[in-house]
Amino acid sequence: METRFRPGTRVKPYERLDADQIQRLHKASLRILNEPGIWCHNARAAALFDTHGARVWEEVEYGQTVWRVSLPAGLVEEAVQNAPKRFVLGARNPENRLELDARVPRVYFGSGSEANVWLETRLVDFTEEKDPTVRLRLPRFQEKRGTAALLGRAAHLCEHLEHLDFFIRPLNIQDPEIDADNHDVNKFFASLNNITKHVQAGLTKRERLPDVVHMAQCIAGGKKALEENPIISFIACLFKSPLQIVDDTAEKVFDIVNAGLPLVISSSPQGGSSAPIQEVGMVAQINAEILAGVTLTQLIREGAPVMYGSVPVRARMDDLHDLYGCPEFNQYNIDCAQLARFYEIPCYSTAGVGDAKVPGPQALFEKLFTHLYMGMSGAQYIHYAFGLLDRTNTFCPVQAVIDNEMIGKVKHCLQEAKVGHEETDAAVAMVNKVMASSHRLFARHARKAIHAGEVSEPFRFESKDRRDRVIEKALERMTEIEKRPPSRLPEKIIDAVYTEVPGLLPGLRGDP
Amino acid sequence: MNAQKLIDKIGFNVIQGRVTAEDEGFDEGLEGQPAVTELVTRALEEKIDPKKIVLDALTASMETVGEKFDKGEYLIPDMLASAECVGAAMDILGPHLVDAGIESKGKIVLATVKGDLHDIGKNIVGIMFKGAGFEVTDLGSDVSSERIADELERTGAEYLGLSALLTTTMWEMKEVIEALKSAGIRDQIRVLIGGAPTSESFAQEIGADVHCRDAFQAIDVLREMKK
Repeated sequence: METRFRPGTRVKPYERLDADQIQRLHKASLRILNEPGIWCHNARAAALFDTHGARVWEEVEYGQTVWRVSLPAGLVEEAVQNAPKRFVLGARNPENRLELDARVPRVYFGSGSEANVWLETRLVDFTEEKDPTVRLRLPRFQEKRGTAALLGRAAHLCEHLEHLDFFIRPLNIQDPEIDADNHDVNKFFASLNNITKHVQAGLTKRERLPDVVHMAQCIAGGKKALEENPIISFIACLFKSPLQIVDDTAEKVFDIVNAGLPLVISSSPQGGSSAPIQEVGMVAQINAEILAGVTLTQLIREGAPVMYGSVPVRARMDDLHDLYGCPEFNQYNIDCAQLARFYEIPCYSTAGVGDAKVPGPQALFEKLFTHLYMGMSGAQYIHYAFGLLDRTNTFCPVQAVIDNEMIGKVKHCLQEAKVGHEETDAAVAMVNKVMASSHRLFARHARKAIHAGEVSEPFRFESKDRRDRVIEKALERMTEIEKRPPSRLPEKIIDAVYTEVPGLLPGLRGDP
Repeated sequence: MNAQKLIDKIGFNVIQGRVTAEDEGFDEGLEGQPAVTELVTRALEEKIDPKKIVLDALTASMETVGEKFDKGEYLIPDMLASAECVGAAMDILGPHLVDAGIESKGKIVLATVKGDLHDIGKNIVGIMFKGAGFEVTDLGSDVSSERIADELERTGAEYLGLSALLTTTMWEMKEVIEALKSAGIRDQIRVLIGGAPTSESFAQEIGADVHCRDAFQAIDVLREMKK
């Protein structure tokens, strides 16, 4: 198999926690898993934990059986050690594959969530009432219900956003023809037929997993080809915080792990409601939930490729919704990235979410605040980073274009410093040369770095006058990208998928 | 190498922005090959007419560089690299041009005014003027009005370029113009001013002849004044 990957950005991680604090959090999580333990609503998972030495007992809550599970530290630590430190997320285009290595702080950014709303942007000219010679062009926004066609449109856009490394379906498909039974095959196909990067999503109905896997095999070139180049992977929110394993999701985890495809064990407790708001309590709890999930995957199949999925958020104190653009969000998330590194499990982390409802200064602040900080964390796989607004409820393609520009700058900013012997000698020689000249100007000597792509471009959507044109220019770029031909699958493969996978909407094939 | 090939090679290296053999060019892989300094020296050794070098190699190639800059193909460092090449060539060719009775396009004195140490913009202007064939006397930064007036008289320059970056030092330009008046040479000198806080209205207010937004506009202004 080829060994080409997207380059990612190798960073020198910013570490908020010292070694003692990591140990303390690790031990606190183990204590939580032991006492009070977890509330497991899935019989198979409870039995598996039981078989491997956990203390499991039944209780009845609200008239339903729940298995209380007390996990011994040794069981968790052994399972965590069995999780692979490195694995590959495949892609239709081999150059778009991702190498996830927990020991290497190489950062990739991608989309995320499953928003119900698609936010369309158009520009409208306004005239000042008092002075009709003054005209302003301003953005207006229109909400659309997410559909499979719009998901395909998002995938097409994201294919051409050069700083987007992977695609998590950012939109929930809600066509009248879509139900739980055909949701999975259509969301994966709408994505895979428009993007050659890695595609990841949750699984709506476990019974359709074989069809999704078969679709991926058709596209990848067969069963073995998919094993070598897993072009799709899954997210499982195994835990309902605090500390409760969800029955249905646990079943999906069994199936996905047994199918051999990579999986994110994602947990998203809310500080102040479903977890402590204090950093130490939040991180100890989310870490416990993720460790229990990772343990389950390794008990199902040792060596199963799994990501440490941390999405800790904070509650607003005025309405208890999530609050994303706040310092605690960064603190929680960077701690989790450090813990994942401590366990040597690739980290699925979070950045670029905000509370802003539309593109603009608020969105810019909230997103950049987390894009930069979480990029510094060295988490391998940062999701939610493109196009999300109104927390995770809206996907706005123009915002995705703006995020792409921001993330490009963040990636550039976080590049490793090049201060080797050769570079140092060259720098001293340059200083000598310029100081020997009459003008003492280094501009000419910037050329090599410019041509090598080492010098960043100005902000793509900058304005030369006193009007902010970011949205206007981002919309222009989006329009230009959307005119490009989509990266469709070959007709032969589309035919095979439509023949062998039931439930696909005819309109998603695209023009032949 | 015949004369035309040598002229072409000088022009090529001006476009590449390579002053000496060790310089990188716009294109890859040129390091180590003779550049403008070596090639102009060789051209003189081979008795090629200095005027031909100026017109066919330097002037023509700078026009190409200007076109590339206008198209966005070249950035300012590329433009400056080429202008430096021409400046280096003119340093070598200078005595030979005088011997041949060829005059420069004009003499200009440059200075950052008293109290101001910022000279990057002024240096860029100097490189560009030199690259355009003007004879430049650069007095450096923090230069008193008396010294500027003295140097104008000594060199016989017809142009003066003044630079300031600070809102507090820009008013020193007015002092310089007053000094030129006191020395009785104001009418013989065209005064160009520039620098971040300056403007056209400021130029008018202090009695300067023209405000230049940047080095490229300054070149255009000088060329226009020459007509």
